[in-house]
Order: sequence, then structure tokens, then C-alpha cells
Amino acid sequence: MSIWEFANPVRFMRLSGRVLPWITGLAVLTLIPALVWGFFLTPDDYRQGATVKIIYVHVPTAFLAINIYFMMFVTSLIWLIRRHHVSALAAKAAAPIGAIMTLIALITGAVWGQPMWGTWWVWDPRLTSFLIMFIFYIGYIALWAAIDEADKAADLSAILCMIGSVFAVISRYAVNFWSQGLHQGTSAPLIRPGEETQVSAVFWQPLMLSIAGFFLLFLALLLLRTRTEIRNRRITALRAREA
Amino acid sequence: MFPDLGKYAVPVLAAYASMIVLIAGTVWVSLRSAKKSKETLARLEENRKKK
Repeated sequence: MSIWEFANPVRFMRLSGRVLPWITGLAVLTLIPALVWGFFLTPDDYRQGATVKIIYVHVPTAFLAINIYFMMFVTSLIWLIRRHHVSALAAKAAAPIGAIMTLIALITGAVWGQPMWGTWWVWDPRLTSFLIMFIFYIGYIALWAAIDEADKAADLSAILCMIGSVFAVISRYAVNFWSQGLHQGTSAPLIRPGEETQVSAVFWQPLMLSIAGFFLLFLALLLLRTRTEIRNRRITALRAREA
Repeated sequence: MFPDLGKYAVPVLAAYASMIVLIAGTVWVSLRSAKKSKETLARLEENRKKK
């Protein structure tokens, strides 16, 4: 079976309807224990004190903020090349979730930065590129809302997404190649062979569970919202036929 | 049971509270629009069948 078969809206609705309750259940069973573990059962850091507990919210949402944009980039590219409507609608459905994840990362970063750096905000490469990425998310959502013709809206927003992806890449790698600013580099890389984390297991384990929980939550919301977009497209078509 | 957050109680609780509010809001809006579109589509499909 080819992956392109799921680009058929009927097949997508059938499959997503079947997996959505399972993914939602898994997301709840992963995210809640992860946050309870991180908040209630982990010790304070010897330097950062209790603020280290913000890591279980800040890192997963920042991770998703960048990767949701990357997912939108790929689905927009599929729309532009292969004209699969489900891919354009999936990008549209993902954008508000990505914007909220970016906003949470910005807020939690600011409240973490204040006691640690002595400032809520600094025009650091990562923070600035994150803010620009958030603006691109808002612009993308606004562009979809502003154009009535669905295919034209999908085309233009896909192009906007391509342009904004530069800032998603900068957000991800700014701390590595831009050796200035207050934001630290990646200290807890996802599991790569031969690479060691600089974070103690007592913090790292609930963090990985939290990332998995937030990812599953995103997946559940994405499926739910894409299904809604497909239904809305059908509603528009039926109303146009009636008129 | 509740951890002693000491002088960092405000930033830690603010981070968790903002996350909970924003995530709960997103879930609520997504569920509400899903329900609305499902009902509208069902009504339109029914009208179409009657005709």
C-alpha cells in the first residue's frame, strides 16, 4: 500500500477515525504522568533551583514549535507538487497548534529567563528567530482566513510557509552556529547512537516522557482538526451545489 | 506532597498555569469546531438525501 492512498479524503477519514481515540488515550496516559513526574517527583537543580521544573513544559513545546513548522513545510511542498488536498488541509490544521506551542515556549522561556538571566527578554538569535517564527505562524493562519478561494489560499499560504521555514531552521540551529546570546545550546539531545546527554537521568527521563506526551497530543489534535477541515470543505461544496 | 518551590514559586507556577490554560483552550476550540462541522455536515447530507 502506498502512502499516497491516504491522500484520498475518504480513506483518510476512515483511518483517522479509527486511530484517533487510541492516540488521544495514549496522549493522556503519557502527558499527565510526565508532568506529574516532572513537577512533583523530581529534585531541584543545584544551580537553577526549582526553576528546572519549567524544562518539562518549555523544551517539549519549543521542540514541537519547530517540528510542526517543518511538518507544515513538507505538507505544503506536497500540496504544491502533487496537489493533494489532505496535505494542504493538514498544514492548515497544524498551524494553530504550532502557534500555541510557540507561544507557550516564548512565555515559559521568559518566566524562566527572568530569574536565571535577570531579564524577561533579550534579542538573542534563538529568541528572536523564535519570535519571527511565531509571527509567520500568525501570518499563515491570517492568510488562510483572508482568501475565500480554497486552492488559491492553499497556494499562497504554502509559499509563505516555505519562506518562514528559514526562521524555523535558524530557531533550531541558531545556538550552534551563532555563538552569541544568552540561550544555552542543546543539552539534552534526543537519542542518537554514541551521543551522551549532559542532563542527569533524574531530569532527562521525565523530559523524554513529556516530549512524547506533547507529541502525541499534537498528533491527536492534528488528526481531529484535519478531519474538521475535510468536513468543512465538504460543507462548502454542498452549500455551493445547493445555491 | 506539593513541592517546596521556594523563591521560584511564581515563575514555575506561572509557566505551568499558562501552559495548562493555552493547551486546554486549544483542545476546547478544536473539539467545539469538530462537533459543529460534524453536525452541519450531517444536516446537509440529510437534506440532500431528502431531495
